[in-house]
Amino acid sequence: MNTNEKTRTLRQREPLTDTQTLLFISIGIFLAMYIGAILLLGGGFTKPQMFFDLLNDNAALIIISCALTVVMIGAGINISVGGVIGLTVMACAIFLNNTQIESTGQAVFMTLLLALGIGLVFGIWQGFLVAYLDIQPFIVTLAGMFLARGLTTILSVNPVKVSHEGFLAFVKLKVKISWLGYVAQNGNLIPAKIEIGAIVAVATVIIMFLVLRYTRFGRSIYAIGGNRQSALMLGINVRRSVFWSYVLSGLLSGLAGFVFLMHKPAGNASVAMRGEMDAIAASIIGGTLLTGGVGNVIGSFFGAMILATIQKIIALSPLDASWWQDMASGAMLAFFIVLQSIVLMRKNAAFKKKAQQTGGTPQKSDTEKKEGTS
Amino acid sequence: MSRKNKITASLGQLLIPLVALTILIVFNLIRDPNFFSIGMRINNAGNAVLTGNLISVIDSASELAIIAMGMTLVTAATGGQDISVGAVAAISGAIFVKVLQGMGAITGSTVFVALIACILGTILFKLFNGTLVAVFHIQPMIATLILYSCGRSIAYWINGDATPQLDSPIINSIGKTIPGIPIPTPIFAVILVGLFLFLIFKFTSLRLYTQSVGINEGAARLNGINPTFIKLLTFALLGVCVAVAAVIGVSRLGQLNHKTLLADIEMDAILAVAIGGNSLGGGNYKLSGSILGAYIIQMLTTTLYAMNVAPVNVKAYKAIVIIIIVVAGSPVVKEAITKMIRNMKTGAAKKGVA
Repeated sequence: MNTNEKTRTLRQREPLTDTQTLLFISIGIFLAMYIGAILLLGGGFTKPQMFFDLLNDNAALIIISCALTVVMIGAGINISVGGVIGLTVMACAIFLNNTQIESTGQAVFMTLLLALGIGLVFGIWQGFLVAYLDIQPFIVTLAGMFLARGLTTILSVNPVKVSHEGFLAFVKLKVKISWLGYVAQNGNLIPAKIEIGAIVAVATVIIMFLVLRYTRFGRSIYAIGGNRQSALMLGINVRRSVFWSYVLSGLLSGLAGFVFLMHKPAGNASVAMRGEMDAIAASIIGGTLLTGGVGNVIGSFFGAMILATIQKIIALSPLDASWWQDMASGAMLAFFIVLQSIVLMRKNAAFKKKAQQTGGTPQKSDTEKKEGTS
Repeated sequence: MSRKNKITASLGQLLIPLVALTILIVFNLIRDPNFFSIGMRINNAGNAVLTGNLISVIDSASELAIIAMGMTLVTAATGGQDISVGAVAAISGAIFVKVLQGMGAITGSTVFVALIACILGTILFKLFNGTLVAVFHIQPMIATLILYSCGRSIAYWINGDATPQLDSPIINSIGKTIPGIPIPTPIFAVILVGLFLFLIFKFTSLRLYTQSVGINEGAARLNGINPTFIKLLTFALLGVCVAVAAVIGVSRLGQLNHKTLLADIEMDAILAVAIGGNSLGGGNYKLSGSILGAYIIQMLTTTLYAMNVAPVNVKAYKAIVIIIIVVAGSPVVKEAITKMIRNMKTGAAKKGVA
């Protein structure tokens, strides 16, 4: 009986980690919101295509949310992601319009290389400044954002539309799933369409999840974000891990730029404006803390989907003025952030209470024993 | 010797920004010896006003300097940054215009009432941010993200008209110059806000309290400081700064454009705080550093404009200069330089002995 009691208390005392709690909250919010939209708004939300549209439209956002989650877990921040997307899209569009390469495969490959290269360059210098020169990440990446936006306008102030035939043909490629489609009014079956970018985004989330969870690099990043000093004492090469987290973040921003170009093949100075703020919001709603050590890319995925669903719901709702939409999405954001904070605070308070109770009883019995023997 | 050490320690934080400012000034003097010449000009209203690049730098950095002061306080107490200052400035500008137009004629007293209403309204919005941060323990950047994304829409909603115009000599004297005084009024506003904060620091322990809350909240609480109240107070003070900056911004143009009023000032303000040598993680801080940072940023922008860089491209060059400044001020580089100087000194001493 005694051992039974012990195992039971052990099981009771093992709480969810913060990462898990926040992840469950964000998944719950997303499901509640999506089901609510199906029940209340109906219409487009009843069709699976709506879900795929959310994925298609927000593939780049999902990827930069992953990029931000990685650095935020390491207690850093990267606000240059939106700027890097803008620069990548503009550079790739100009490259495609001026290139002599005719074949689709080669053009796509070269564009992808260019996009990843730009992201990599930004990741490397930002990572170097943050990790090896100990400069505050906010300032480094703010400079990165200024640089990327400035370079974008230096490349071209006017919008640049991609006119490369091969690339445009590639952009039109979509995965069609007929059994998830719906029958249109004229009786034609319209299959569900998934863009390549959406698949890339989902694949990125899965790969990043595995990398953060199972590789030495990923575990080091969590340790560094949790407590830099302890991580150093555990023998983790803090500087190198932080450096690689920024490189990875830059690389993902480049990839996001390429995905953005596949979704909308045109460069523009205002591409992904405020993208970094959306991505930060997505990561936070998904349960990543800016203070580091807590977070999950799966959560960020759901965070990005929550933001996308909010926008979609407001777009479909009777509110037509754009300023109403802004205010409604701001209010919803506030609601979710406060909800998350309250749940976390209650959980911590309950945990503390329980710890006090369980810690209190044995102490009492100890003193009783002492009294008995004396 | 100890006194000398004290002076160098207090200068340490300001050394890099001062050097950066000096280099910018020297660079401008070499490029154009007349860059800093100050002249007198009769403006449209018939008043004599000072003109020149130096005056224009100090004048146009006013809003940034004022907001940077408030931002420094919030950064010190919460260890995070308020990214909604630009959007909230649009709201306070809208409140100012709304109250002013609601009272009809623009006279000295109505402007004063509108200014008070604007300050109170802005403090309310800032307290909303502050409550999320201090009571709900939400990270400042996220708590202020809400108003950052919808603040300008609220500003539009307060004033149905897209760009309300304010045409009055009083507004002009707030935004430009007071007749008879050749120095632009916004410069006086910076001095006033600075003096206001200086007096608060002089007669209360707020400076110490904000620092201790920023360095260790738990320890501050154990010492009898209420961290929640201190954080709310810093947000309220930032609200005052934002309101003053917004009124200057509106008066300068004589109109309210909710989309462009103090646009992107949040990033510049955070940058000013960091260039001034303050830690963005909270704790110890120097207001003078942030003010200096604001003037450096404006000097840089004016220099770039003077070099005929297109306004849209300014950001790229600005970024490069910022990177150079922060690299020069980074702890690793600083350490390397002091080590090098020490080596040189000991080397010289050894030679002297030999």
